[in-house]
Amino acid sequence: MSLQVSDLRVYYRSLAGDVQALDGATFSIADKEIMGLAGESGCGKSTLGNSLIRLDGRMKYVAGSVTLDGNKLPIWDQKGMNEFRFRDVSVIPQYAMSAMNPTRKIGKMTGELLESRGESYQDIKPELLRRLDLVGLSQDVLNRYPIELSGGMKQRMVMVISTLLNPSLLIADEITSALDVSTQRAVAETLVSFRDHGFVKSMMVITHDLSILYQTADSILVMYAGKLAEKAPTATIIDKPRHPYTKMLISSLPEVGIRYANKKLAGIPGSPPALLNPPAGCRFRARCPLAFEKCVEEPPFVQIAPDHSVACWKVPGSNA
Amino acid sequence: MLSLNRVSKFYKVGTFGGKEMAAVRDVSFDVKEGEVVSLIGESGSGKTTIGKMVLKLIEISRGSIVCDGTDVAAIHGAEVKAYYRHVQGVFQDPFSSYNPIFKADRVFGMIRSEFFPGVPNSEWDAKVDAALRSVSLDPGQVLNKYPHQLSGGQLQRLLVARALLLELKILVADEIISMLDASTRIDVLNLLAELKGRGMGILFITHDLSLGNYISEKTVILRRGAVVEMGATDKVFGNPTHPYTKVLISSVPQLHKKWAEVEAEIQARGGDDAGTCLYHRFYRPTELSGDSTEDRPAMIKVEDDHYVGCFELGQGICKV
Repeated sequence: MSLQVSDLRVYYRSLAGDVQALDGATFSIADKEIMGLAGESGCGKSTLGNSLIRLDGRMKYVAGSVTLDGNKLPIWDQKGMNEFRFRDVSVIPQYAMSAMNPTRKIGKMTGELLESRGESYQDIKPELLRRLDLVGLSQDVLNRYPIELSGGMKQRMVMVISTLLNPSLLIADEITSALDVSTQRAVAETLVSFRDHGFVKSMMVITHDLSILYQTADSILVMYAGKLAEKAPTATIIDKPRHPYTKMLISSLPEVGIRYANKKLAGIPGSPPALLNPPAGCRFRARCPLAFEKCVEEPPFVQIAPDHSVACWKVPGSNA
Repeated sequence: MLSLNRVSKFYKVGTFGGKEMAAVRDVSFDVKEGEVVSLIGESGSGKTTIGKMVLKLIEISRGSIVCDGTDVAAIHGAEVKAYYRHVQGVFQDPFSSYNPIFKADRVFGMIRSEFFPGVPNSEWDAKVDAALRSVSLDPGQVLNKYPHQLSGGQLQRLLVARALLLELKILVADEIISMLDASTRIDVLNLLAELKGRGMGILFITHDLSLGNYISEKTVILRRGAVVEMGATDKVFGNPTHPYTKVLISSVPQLHKKWAEVEAEIQARGGDDAGTCLYHRFYRPTELSGDSTEDRPAMIKVEDDHYVGCFELGQGICKV
């Protein structure tokens, strides 16, 4: 087991009270696994990703533990995490386009970054050049400024920098959302090749786009309103989902080949609850066609089959 | 009803505007009553520029846009207002389309003062009510609210309702659902399909091929400002002829087919000419002398209601 997260709770401070953006997440990622984290905006997926590497000022650690390769990560401790960042946990941020320092040439910036970790740029440079080659960037990008690169190139450059020290866990937050379809595919395939080359041990790919996850991830974790809804291998989530939210979400996605004239898709009525004072019980209750009396109690996130966990009272096996 | 005839748009770039950059080149297509035409292209392909020219927000450099016999470039003053009675647009970001200081339903009030100053209150309220219901919004839920109190999907539907207050014939929908969540975007898409059923012509601008495929009768694929392929949606998607279209379609992440499978399918169908577009199979490069695009046919017909064009000889995807 590479990463184990148990009952992690991270809230946002606000004047009106705590926003319960991540409320009790328990899951694990195995070695060599690419786990996709999917959900709508505001469901807490980025909060989960960020909390594994850096809690910003508004975020408040409430409870839970994170263990990576047997070491407990002190995620509540900004300074204590420094020893793990970049080496053990690394991140490709949501806006990689603006993640690089615009006033430095890329090579110099990479050097400064490595020195801040106590590594020598000269020692690592041969490996850096090899990896640039692998993602299809020429060596002279190191002598250029970020503004001279296109969006897809910047994205790949940030991917190379983030994984230079072979972190155990890589968090990729919405890295394909801002790209064109053809670039999107190249970036997603690069991500998988990083795992195959052993640059990173395991990966958490955060996106709202389930079809990208179908192409890249080994397993998918679906979140809804700060809670985990369902986790299973990719094929199971896409073809045999059990949670009503996952089912409705997947059946609402238009695909190439589906035409309005032949098959009318339906959305999910309503909108997710506010997380400031979320309703007790199942948070999907108000929009769920299957909801019944028991849903006022919170459904546990339980395993119903090997590698398949669901939080829903209506799924047989979760009444235990 | 709406017809574009060899429309081009040039922007002056460089010091003192010494150079010209073509954002749109020789684009011709029609939007008929009750028809959705999707304009698909990656960023920088000129799709939004075309939408803006149709809405008379920017000038047309060359060619003409004719709507119901009116030449859009030639109208002034009161004629423009009359034109906007029939042609309206809805844009990408619902949150910045509204003034956050005023209530969201102010957009209806502005339509009233501009176009219907003499309508009595009761009649106007009934009109607004009907428009809201036809976009499946509950008037009680959305009227008298500020933009931040409504969801993205609700705001976007309000903008469509605003357009419906007029005697709308053409709706330009520029990326109207790309900022919405997966569970609500399909509702807005279905709404467009219903409007089409009432005889409205819709120019649906998107970068997402699966959305275009779902809703439209006709597809126009743009690359660097020029049309590379257009025709009936099932023909363009079922039998892509230009190499660029093939690349696009094989890059779309699908839910039940891996990238490699889609690529193999297209390869199997395309045979050995995967790198050459049909435009150049019909018009050999030797016949197309010089750089001038004036004497070349813009599009050639490959089958009924399916055309292909290419202006990218030697500098892009098409290899001749």
